[in-house]
Amino acid sequence: MELDLATDNGQPRPETTRDDSPFAIRGLTVSYGDKPALFSVDATFPAAAMSAIIGPNGAGKSTLLKAALGIVKPVSGRVTMLGQPLKRALDRVAYVPQRASVDWDFPARVIDVVLMGLSRELGLLRRVRPHHLDKAMTCLARVGMDGFADRQIGQLSGGQQQRVFLARALAQQAEVYLLDEPFAGVDAATEKAIIGVLKSLRDDGKTVVAVHHDLATVTEYFDHVFLINQTRIAEGPTVETFTAANLQATYRGRLALQQIDRLAG
Amino acid sequence: MLALGYNAALVATGAGLLGVAAGVTGSFLFLRKRALVSDAMSHATLPGLALAFMVMTVLGGDGRALPGLLAGSALSAWLGVLTVSWLSRRTRLGEDAAIGAVLSVFFGLGIVGLTVIQSLNTGRQAGLETFLLGSTAGMLFSDALTIALGGALTLALAWLLRRPMLMVAFDPDYATATGRDVARIDLAMLALALAVTVVGLKIVGLILIVALLIIPPVAARFWSDRADRVVLLSGIIGGGAGVTGALLSGMAPDLPTGPIIVLIAFGLFAVGFFFSPGRGVLAAVLRHRRFQRRVHMRQGLLAIAQGQPVYERLTLRLLRRAGLIRADAVATDAGRAVAAKALLDEHRWQILRADPRFETAAALYDGLRPLDTVLTPDQLTEIDRNLRPEAAT
Repeated sequence: MELDLATDNGQPRPETTRDDSPFAIRGLTVSYGDKPALFSVDATFPAAAMSAIIGPNGAGKSTLLKAALGIVKPVSGRVTMLGQPLKRALDRVAYVPQRASVDWDFPARVIDVVLMGLSRELGLLRRVRPHHLDKAMTCLARVGMDGFADRQIGQLSGGQQQRVFLARALAQQAEVYLLDEPFAGVDAATEKAIIGVLKSLRDDGKTVVAVHHDLATVTEYFDHVFLINQTRIAEGPTVETFTAANLQATYRGRLALQQIDRLAG
Repeated sequence: MLALGYNAALVATGAGLLGVAAGVTGSFLFLRKRALVSDAMSHATLPGLALAFMVMTVLGGDGRALPGLLAGSALSAWLGVLTVSWLSRRTRLGEDAAIGAVLSVFFGLGIVGLTVIQSLNTGRQAGLETFLLGSTAGMLFSDALTIALGGALTLALAWLLRRPMLMVAFDPDYATATGRDVARIDLAMLALALAVTVVGLKIVGLILIVALLIIPPVAARFWSDRADRVVLLSGIIGGGAGVTGALLSGMAPDLPTGPIIVLIAFGLFAVGFFFSPGRGVLAAVLRHRRFQRRVHMRQGLLAIAQGQPVYERLTLRLLRRAGLIRADAVATDAGRAVAAKALLDEHRWQILRADPRFETAAALYDGLRPLDTVLTPDQLTEIDRNLRPEAAT
């Protein structure tokens, strides 16, 4: 059997081979304790496209995003965003975490959460001015939540919370948008609203990468897929890569064959 | 305040500033869910306090000089905080276990230190125990000045760091992803709490200072759903408790200051706990009872409309009181009319929930809400077109 190992195995390449893709990962290994959650993963996500990170539970999908953003410290590997090391590009990257990762009983209104997306602009001391509020309200309107600005976040439904998180990311006016399961447990109206916003971002030339769990909607939503199960299984345009054989390799018997055929057929 | 005399005014001012600083700083700890770290921190001041006393005495100075004692306690408390952070991050111990371990070991070490000092018989050790529970007796102007300055400086720094601290408290992952150094912001937050703890040692004492960091924010949370207001209100509650407590203890010098301040803060907490309209216990009980009655009423009406008997005592009582059934549980004319309407509403809801076009409205279904508060008359007609004839009557 041919081994499909990562190109660099975590060894830093000389800086002369600059990678200009908006979001590239080389030889990324992350472990919790001694067990690697990701092993020597390479990934390259294309610009002005919507990409999905797909894999079974525990395959390291969320970990990939978190390690790419420095939230989880990798054991080895290198991440470049927009052709630069992560640290220098973070202000042009927006992250939408999983909804369940925060305590929604936190004392904040919807508008307060969206204003966090402007934290770089506001800095430590600047007062929140009307034009900041306008910007935040525009972002809320884009996700259809402008009627909820003064609502306490704990009173929102799951789908509404997810849309508030997306509005906060929009407020950053970033180039790259990384979303962790944006469609998990949301209502159909929210799913429609979110996919509309993401498509408009892509059409504006932004890079959108989402951890995605619903195999049934992959071909409809995404241009590019990245299949992962601890290591990279496959990546490429959805039409070429989202195949029965690749899904079989990714899910390893966790999906019934007829299920795979239906999805990738 | 001046009528109470110079000393009382001095103490009250110091305690008030301390209370504001503790309330404000404590609210960030509370929102970050790390309030108990301050308990380990305050107990970890004791070995430093004892050691500072010994060093200053050995060097021939006054062992009770406040700046020296505070510096010593700050050092050992910071060591305690770092130990808690290290244990919970680098080992399999949870933060709760780390706090317990550090708190007890450092406190034990401090008590040993105090005992040694007593046996040294320097003749000037009297008063070091007052740092356990706090005392305002014999407070000097310079002591009050130290406390006031420390409190003011802490407040200024907390104001400066308020945005990053709130961001980290709400969503640390997002804060990291926007380039914030979460570990450093957390350490800054703990450093502020440390400043409050050390400054408060003299007045409130190390055992109870944690209460002044925790109770005001918890009390404030009852009254607001906005973080900035919780912080502000917490400062006001802490300050109020500080001033009142200091004045009371000034009038009855036998009472230790710390416990009185904490009890007053607790009183303010209790007011919110019971009477806050949003999050108070009383409001929650009333809300639940109201909800329960609506559910029983609705269930009773649906039973009547379908000709089923009603057994539940609460349901019978509610229906009877509303004049919908007679004393022998037979429905009145009015009761039958209301019941028919409830059943019609339920049938309409069923149609609406099966229709994907009404998905947004269907999410509002709770078994209680009348459908005409959700749909426009036109939409209602649309629904009614699908009603089976026997249900529409």
